[in-house]
Amino acid sequence: MAETHSLQDIRQQAAIAAKVFIQRDYTNGTVCQFQTKFPSELETRIDKQQFEETVRTLNNLYAEAEKLGGQSYLEGCLACLTAYTIFLCMETHYEKVLKKIAKYIQEQNDKIYAPRGLLLTDPIERGLRVVEITIFEDRSTGSGR
Amino acid sequence: MHLRVAEPMRECEYSQISTRSSSPMETPHKKRIPTRKWQAFPGRNKFYCNGRIMMAKQTGVFYLTLVLIVVTSGLFFAFDCPYLASNLTPAIPVIGGVLFFFVMGMLFRASFSDPGVLPRATPDEAADLERQIDADNGPISGGYRPPPRTKEVLINGQTVKLKYCFTCKIFRPPRASHCSLCDNCVERFDHHCPWVGNCVGKRNYRFFYLFILSLSFLTVFIFAFVITHVILRSHRTGFLRALKDSPARYPFVVVCFFSVWSIVGLSGFHTYLISSNQTTNEDIKGTWSTKRGKDNYNPYSHGSIFTNCCAALCGPVPPSLIDRRGFVQPDAPLPTPHSNGSTIYGSTQTQSHMCDQDQCIQSTKFVLQAAATPLLHNEPVMMSGEPPLPGRTSLGGHCAALAPGHPTPPTSTTSLCWEGEHHHTHPHPHPHAHPHPLPHHPHHHLCTPEEAPSPPGMLPCSQATQLYDPASLDSLHEDSVRGLVKLSSV
Repeated sequence: MAETHSLQDIRQQAAIAAKVFIQRDYTNGTVCQFQTKFPSELETRIDKQQFEETVRTLNNLYAEAEKLGGQSYLEGCLACLTAYTIFLCMETHYEKVLKKIAKYIQEQNDKIYAPRGLLLTDPIERGLRVVEITIFEDRSTGSGR
Repeated sequence: MHLRVAEPMRECEYSQISTRSSSPMETPHKKRIPTRKWQAFPGRNKFYCNGRIMMAKQTGVFYLTLVLIVVTSGLFFAFDCPYLASNLTPAIPVIGGVLFFFVMGMLFRASFSDPGVLPRATPDEAADLERQIDADNGPISGGYRPPPRTKEVLINGQTVKLKYCFTCKIFRPPRASHCSLCDNCVERFDHHCPWVGNCVGKRNYRFFYLFILSLSFLTVFIFAFVITHVILRSHRTGFLRALKDSPARYPFVVVCFFSVWSIVGLSGFHTYLISSNQTTNEDIKGTWSTKRGKDNYNPYSHGSIFTNCCAALCGPVPPSLIDRRGFVQPDAPLPTPHSNGSTIYGSTQTQSHMCDQDQCIQSTKFVLQAAATPLLHNEPVMMSGEPPLPGRTSLGGHCAALAPGHPTPPTSTTSLCWEGEHHHTHPHPHPHAHPHPLPHHPHHHLCTPEEAPSPPGMLPCSQATQLYDPASLDSLHEDSVRGLVKLSSV
């Protein structure tokens, strides 16, 4: 509840100042990875390390979702043998990780980003193309808020 | 969540937040008529079952596929199976039945699921990209010929050009392509398959492959046992008598005989593609062919044939990115007056909606025209443009050198022997081979007349340059030649 409030406060009290988009990093192929380059717009708001930590964790989670290996092959073969009807009653590994990611982003927003007037958007809502970071106008230094 | 129940007054604000942040599964609860995202989907697709089923707009050929498979198998089960089951083994109808259901299951999965459509950029994202492009181009953008919008990225040591998609307002990710029939960018675009009634892309490629593979088993199976049936009968009653017994079957056997080759050939072709981790699109364009350059290689290949097959068939199932059944937020789609980019976004979008129906009707015509136009009319332009271009590939040069002698369609047949060597092992099987190379490539060029009038400023300009850029013309020509080659080889 309290967490929801803090997010809500931002939305109510502050106007959007800018949006920063972290683009995909394709150096290792089409696996979903994001660039860890620190955008200059965030310099006044957040530590470089903290930001990089978030993106790296996200990258690791996506890498886990798309990892090729025994488990994913097993899942794939099992699904194929049942003509993919098994997915009607079972979540794919990818979906499970996506839920984890959604939870992680929520958590990061509450703990780190929201208090600094920032908001992360889950990449799945932007087609896994970008991590959108919304920067809200600073309340403390803003014009009479 | 519980906040909403406790304080109905705050509901509106809360939902505003929850839509902005995370979790696509959680949809805001609204009192007003909720619009699902599929109802406002910008691409040219058909949706059924409240967004659960997604297909291309033209589905006529899909029903033909369905009827062909069902009728053929139905005749087999009705007329051949009883005799074979009682005279040979009852396993025949069982195996046939299992195969049949697997084929149908895979066909439905391939046709009804999202092929991997990339959602279009939000106005903010588009504006941000626009700003970046302007910043990159710097002072040059003031002139009337802005450079083409591409971005180069390095993938596993191979430079890949990402093209900007003017419809989706994004730089297309590597391997993605815009399907002109569905008007969507599709990830790992393979081809648009009218037989399946959908694009074939990242999310449904395995279903498509399993469909053609199991279908080839099914047709071989049916064909073999129909022949067995005739042979068994002719042993008992004599060959002629056996033929006379059921004369209606023979045209059907002949049809079956010919379709066997095309389907087996097609699945062979796709097996080759899967083992080298290529898409039909890349193979036809020869993107990774060593003819383009000595150190040209496929950067997406996992290295071994085995890993490539496993990755394509048993790899993780990627999620759908368009959240068809989610609810549209009422305030979201309005373009904010952020910068020049977003205003352009707005106007093109309405324009594309306006010409939707028109395009829909004429798309097939366009495709054919696109195939023929550069081949027939643009030859001189190309020739004159050739000498000063140092970057021409040997491939293109070969093409052009052949052209003057045979300015009309024979060109394609002349180059067939040369072009065809790649596919020689699998005589181009598919009836739906020809639609692939054509629809998506000519798209950019074809869209120009429709999109051009609407956006003010630089957009038409840059597209016009694209149109007259000899290099792109060349590649268009190359593709259409290849398209016609495939067409004539079927």
